[in-house]
This record gives sequence, C-alpha cells and structure tokens, in this order.
Amino acid sequence: MKEIAYFPGCTHLHTASHFERSALSVFEALGWRLVEKFNWICCGTVHGLSTDNLMQNVSAVRNLARAESAGARRIVTNCAMCYNTLKQANEMVKRDEDALKNLNEFMDDEPDYRGGVEVLHSLQLLREIGLDEIEKRVVKPLEGLRVAPYYGCLLLRPREVAIDNPERPKIMDEVLKAIGAEIVRDARLKYCCGSYHTVDRKEIVLSRIDEIISAVRRRGADLIAVACPLCEFNLDKRQKFLNKGGLPVLYFTQLIALAFGKEEDCLFEKHHVDPRPLLKERGLLR
Amino acid sequence: MRKERELLRRVMEISGQNLYSCYQCGKCSAGCPSVDFMDFTPREIIRAILDDHEEVLHSQTPWICAACFTCTIRCPNEIDISRIMEALRQIRLRKMHDGIHPSKIPVDELLELPQIALISCFRKMTG
Ligand code: SF4
Ligand code: SF4
Repeated sequence: MKEIAYFPGCTHLHTASHFERSALSVFEALGWRLVEKFNWICCGTVHGLSTDNLMQNVSAVRNLARAESAGARRIVTNCAMCYNTLKQANEMVKRDEDALKNLNEFMDDEPDYRGGVEVLHSLQLLREIGLDEIEKRVVKPLEGLRVAPYYGCLLLRPREVAIDNPERPKIMDEVLKAIGAEIVRDARLKYCCGSYHTVDRKEIVLSRIDEIISAVRRRGADLIAVACPLCEFNLDKRQKFLNKGGLPVLYFTQLIALAFGKEEDCLFEKHHVDPRPLLKERGLLR
Repeated sequence: MRKERELLRRVMEISGQNLYSCYQCGKCSAGCPSVDFMDFTPREIIRAILDDHEEVLHSQTPWICAACFTCTIRCPNEIDISRIMEALRQIRLRKMHDGIHPSKIPVDELLELPQIALISCFRKMTG
C-alpha cells in the first residue's frame, strides 16, 4: 500500500460522505491509502482576491503549515473547492514572500510554512496512478452508459491552478472512458453551476442547472459526473425545484467504485435524483 | 468633496489590476454565465469605473458574480476581472453593507445546505 496525506474537507463529514466513502474505496483498490496526517481545519472555501486582505488566506495557509510540519510533501483532496482554495493560497505564498512572512507571523505559534507542500486533486492522483491500472481493476465495465463529465469552475480556473487545459479539459473524460463509459461533451460542462448563490439567489442556480441539464440531455446523456460537493448539491439536490424529470448526478468516484464492483461503497441512496432505477435497467446494479 | 477618480484608484489598489489596459472588447461579458442577471455587464463595470461613475458602487453585478474566473482566463489583456468584482464588493463590505443576512436563511435550508455553500457565501457577501 502506498500512502498520501489526505485533506477531506468539511463536506466529506456531512453532505458529501458518499464522495469520501467511494473515493477511499477506489484508491484502496488501486493500492493507495489516503491518510489524515495533520489536524486539518476548514480550507476557507474561497480564495481571497484582494491585494490588501491576507486574513482571507489564513485558514488555507494554516492547513499547509500543519501538513508541512507533519512531514507531508503532497496533500490530496477530493473536493474541487478545497483543492482550489488550498492551491491558490499555495501559489500566492510561493510567489509573494512578504505575504508568506506576514501570514507566518500572524499564525504565531503555528510552525512556519515554507512552501514545501504540493496540493493535488484526486483526479490528478488517478492520472498519476495511470489509466491502465484503473482499467485492470474494472469488473463491471459501464458499457453503454452515457456520462457527461461536469468540471465546473474550480478544477480549471484560474489558469495557474488548472488541473488540465481549462478550455478543453479531458482528465475526467479519460478516467470515465477507462471504466467503460461513453462520454458526452458540451461546452456548458465547464460553466459555473451558480456556486454559493444557492444560499442567497437560488434563481441563478436554477437557471444555470436547467441550461446544463437540458444541454446534456439533448446530447443523450444518461447522467452527469461531478467532482465537487457544491456542484453535486446544485445539480442534484436543486433539481427538486425544476420539475422536469430527474437526470442523475453522481460523483466520478461512485462510478469508478461501481465499475470496481464496490457497490456497497457508492451510497446511491444519498441523491435527490435516485440513480438506481437507471443503473438497474442497464444491468449495472442488482 | 469627493476626489476625482477616487473610485478608480481604490479599485486598482484593492484588485491589483490595471483597468487602463481594457480596450472594451466585451469578451468578459460574452463568457460570463451570470450576465443575464446583472444590471451592468462586466465590460460596462470597467467602463463605468474608468468614467468615474460612482453609481457602479450600487450595482448588483458584483453580488451576482460568483467568482467563476471565466472572464479572468479569457481577457486578452490579462485583466483579472473577478478581482475587480471582489474590489467592488470589498469597498461596500468595508462600509458595513453586507450582501446577505445569515439570520434570514430559512432553517430547513440551513440544515440541507453543504458547509462550503454557506461559508463561501458568507465570506464573499459579509464584511
Ligand atoms: S475582456 Fe478584458 S479587455 Fe475585453 S472588455 Fe473585458 S476586461 Fe476589457
Ligand atoms: S468571475 Fe464573475 S464576472 Fe467573471 S465570468 Fe464569472 S460570474 Fe462573470
């Protein structure tokens, strides 16, 4: 078993427990253990975008400092929002010595951060492990299942943190192809889902998900794959308000776990749009 | 009395962006997924700041923007428009004008919403 330091993030303990369970199961099947090596806290969820307010980066950098002092050279997270926030803060302090010095001083008795940690999203770790390794472990190829991989914002933008080409991403497509799925593409798969406006202006989110879901439906998608607990909430749970007949939305890790024969780690019952009738109809689930 | 172009100076300082290099091509507005909900398009926001129109401070646009960074990666002049939106939010937030009042969120919503939705919304919309 190989090991890597793991940053679950807050939603993994609550609304996205099915993301965590399926991801840990997939990595274990691939010979990797994701280990919580340091006392992590909320990443901060959004990177501060002003030049004169470092406060917004404290929680991200505090996590990086703790990871570094626990001996972690790399940390991996499943949540696209945690990934983006940690990575943007990491890039910022590596570029801006003064900011790092200020943050270290502010964090007082926390060990100083020296910029020695690399932040990864779990899709990057899968790419590193290799598509052929993934293919080898497939016991139930998702043949005939038409999946639309939704990237959203935070894995692709801004450019300095993109895990793939921000205008033509294919990292999730490739992983899903390796487990036998057919890929549906659409430009809207890299649009914003409306993000945190789900709290204060739900109408923005509803207009966005209506557009995304209608577009992939026209292209014959059976379901949407996501890599972010907020995208999942908006695309799945908010369909409650659309009244258009549900399109299932699953984490990419649930699809891999299913193909690996680990249905018990998929927790499909956690979704608003129940994917089980579709998966049963396709002979992928008993 | 208010200083001329004070708003432009503040926005440039907080955002770290050079608004003078904008040539008003509109690419930011063309790709913005939320433009239909905005009262000023992202391009118009920049024009208005350059023209010293203080009314942009009361525009809904920065509160509609969700910092998706689409404009950021597409501007031909490498202007990070999402940072300009943040600067406009910050100018208001620093004067105690919050964009959301957490106490008004219904309890059943609070129980359902993922933590990252609540925290990110509060971080962007409250001072
Ligand atoms: S894309 Fe850039 S140059 Fe074009 S209008 Fe927007 S800010 Fe100005
Ligand atoms: S960052 Fe804001 S202004 Fe720019 S494209 Fe996204 S929502 Fe529109």
